[in-house]
Amino acid sequence: MKRRIFAYPYIVWMILFIAAPMLFIVYYAVNVGGEWTLTKFWGTLSDAAKWNVLWISVQMAFKTTVICLLLGYPIAYILSNMKKTVAGFLSVLFFVPMWMNFVLRTYAWQAILEYFLPNLFGMGNNTLTGTESAVLMVLVYNFLPFMVLPLYNTLSKLDKSLLEAAHDLGANSVLTFFRVILPLSVPGIVSGITMVFIPAITAFTVPALIGNGKYNLYGNEIELAFKTLSGQGDYAVGSTLSLILLLCVLVSTLIMNHFDKDQQEGGQMW
Amino acid sequence: MKKIFAFALCIVMLLASFACAQKPAANTEKSEEEPDYSFANGDQYEQIGGTLNILNWGEYIDPELITLFEEETGVKVNYVEMTSNEEMLIKLRSADNPYDMCFPSDYIIEKLIKDDLLQPLDLSKIPNAKNIADRMYEVTNTFDPGNQYSLPYMWGTLGILFNTKMVDETVDSWNILWDEKYSGQIWQYDSIRDALAVSLLRLGYDMNTQNPDEVAQAKEELIKQIPLLKGCGTDNIRASMINGKAALAVIYAGDAILCMEENPDLAYVIPKEGSNVWFDNVVIPKTAKNVEAAHAFINFLNDANLAARNTEFIYYSTPNQGAMDLLDEYFTENEVFNPSDETLARCSVYHDLGTFIEVYNAAWDEFKAKMGN
Repeated sequence: MKRRIFAYPYIVWMILFIAAPMLFIVYYAVNVGGEWTLTKFWGTLSDAAKWNVLWISVQMAFKTTVICLLLGYPIAYILSNMKKTVAGFLSVLFFVPMWMNFVLRTYAWQAILEYFLPNLFGMGNNTLTGTESAVLMVLVYNFLPFMVLPLYNTLSKLDKSLLEAAHDLGANSVLTFFRVILPLSVPGIVSGITMVFIPAITAFTVPALIGNGKYNLYGNEIELAFKTLSGQGDYAVGSTLSLILLLCVLVSTLIMNHFDKDQQEGGQMW
Repeated sequence: MKKIFAFALCIVMLLASFACAQKPAANTEKSEEEPDYSFANGDQYEQIGGTLNILNWGEYIDPELITLFEEETGVKVNYVEMTSNEEMLIKLRSADNPYDMCFPSDYIIEKLIKDDLLQPLDLSKIPNAKNIADRMYEVTNTFDPGNQYSLPYMWGTLGILFNTKMVDETVDSWNILWDEKYSGQIWQYDSIRDALAVSLLRLGYDMNTQNPDEVAQAKEELIKQIPLLKGCGTDNIRASMINGKAALAVIYAGDAILCMEENPDLAYVIPKEGSNVWFDNVVIPKTAKNVEAAHAFINFLNDANLAARNTEFIYYSTPNQGAMDLLDEYFTENEVFNPSDETLARCSVYHDLGTFIEVYNAAWDEFKAKMGN
């Protein structure tokens, strides 16, 4: 029982940096300049334009997740079937870009899409930034490793004897894949989806840099609320928007946990 | 095997970094002569001593000037940088702030005066204030009535930067930013007041309007402009214009200068409907402790010779006529640095809108939410 004492620093940390900020968000949503009021809160909730932006962000996050899954699963599968040393080396190559700061990588893509590729292909003054597909592509690029890693972990821990058993019982490789491998890798898929969908729905740097400020997602909408003109910012609106986003994240996590609840093992990322 | 892989990887990364190396906005070429840091009229500064706490924007003063002032007066200068007017406003509102002088923009000065946070300047201690051009006082008078609390430090305008190779007609109106011919090649400025000012002025309205209908119309026009825009940016506009990736951009004169030095095809114009002119003025807060040193430093900054050096460092327009007389024609004969009286007459400063700003905020919110849909 005495070991509990080791958890205290973490509890303090949680109170200071997780619980308190959450309470502040709620406080600012319903307290405008020292006055308790729900007008801003309801005003934001009934603003159709903001819901529209949320809808676009959800669609965007969904597309990102699907593309990451479709690209990431084969990669993880191939990696998991390689010799351990080779797979280890290749996966390092895969994660090398992640050693670099996320914002820097996005800036690099901005330069590639704005200058490098258009100049290479002689597109004159046409560029590739500022479009939905550009934002989507960079989101996929940034989040793909988060899909591959949990999938790779799950797939490489797969009990190979189960596959042999499937073959012994007469299943061909396609059938084995769909009846054995895929169901067993669900925990990895679920973690992968969570790891991609949640950062994608809260994406903020990518649309700001790649979308030329023209392709706004929900994160940008929150930023806008907090730093509107003369910097006073509309904390009530920004906090309400943040609460809505938190709720979305919570709901998607709950849905994912529901799928994940039977399989505790192997799906964890680290 | 691993080593070879790693080596090959390094080579590939190096090559890639060379291939992608972009060079937006390299250092501007300034004159190589040794700058002359002496007083224009052989001034002598008395020993004052103490500390002078200055709150200013980053890279917004020639550091040599601070050293020189410290040597002349024995004052220890403590230079604190700020990143926004609002940050400064918050700092000055706290009663125990240590600052003896700072450099806020026009509309913030309006607020500071309203909040009674500034002390009137004692012009008898700032004889060099006479160097400031009268036409500058006429503008600063609009936000600091009687020019009691502030002296102009740097100023500039908002206008259109365009690529003469891509735009062959005369650019003299904000209208061109709504011309479908340039669809996808227009940069709007990502800031509420600036974007709405462009739209309001184009419609023939006052850019400080407090009429909700006019703001609503301006917003509708901005929404109509979205399909024509390349984007809505601030700092990223520079590289884009320098590299000829866009034809037209709403931009501040200081940025326009940097772009024009890199790409000679670019030109800057202040449209006939008028535009914004901004001022960063020097003020002394009521709470200042070393008022004497603050006055001495303001006088020092307005010395014609030193103001000229400072302008060459900052690269914005100086309100100091004495400095203009010393600067070469690159600064004086340049409409971007030194707009004519007629052009200046068309421009006005942003005024603090009080609670009406909510209407602007809502309009901007709606415009932003319509982006990309």
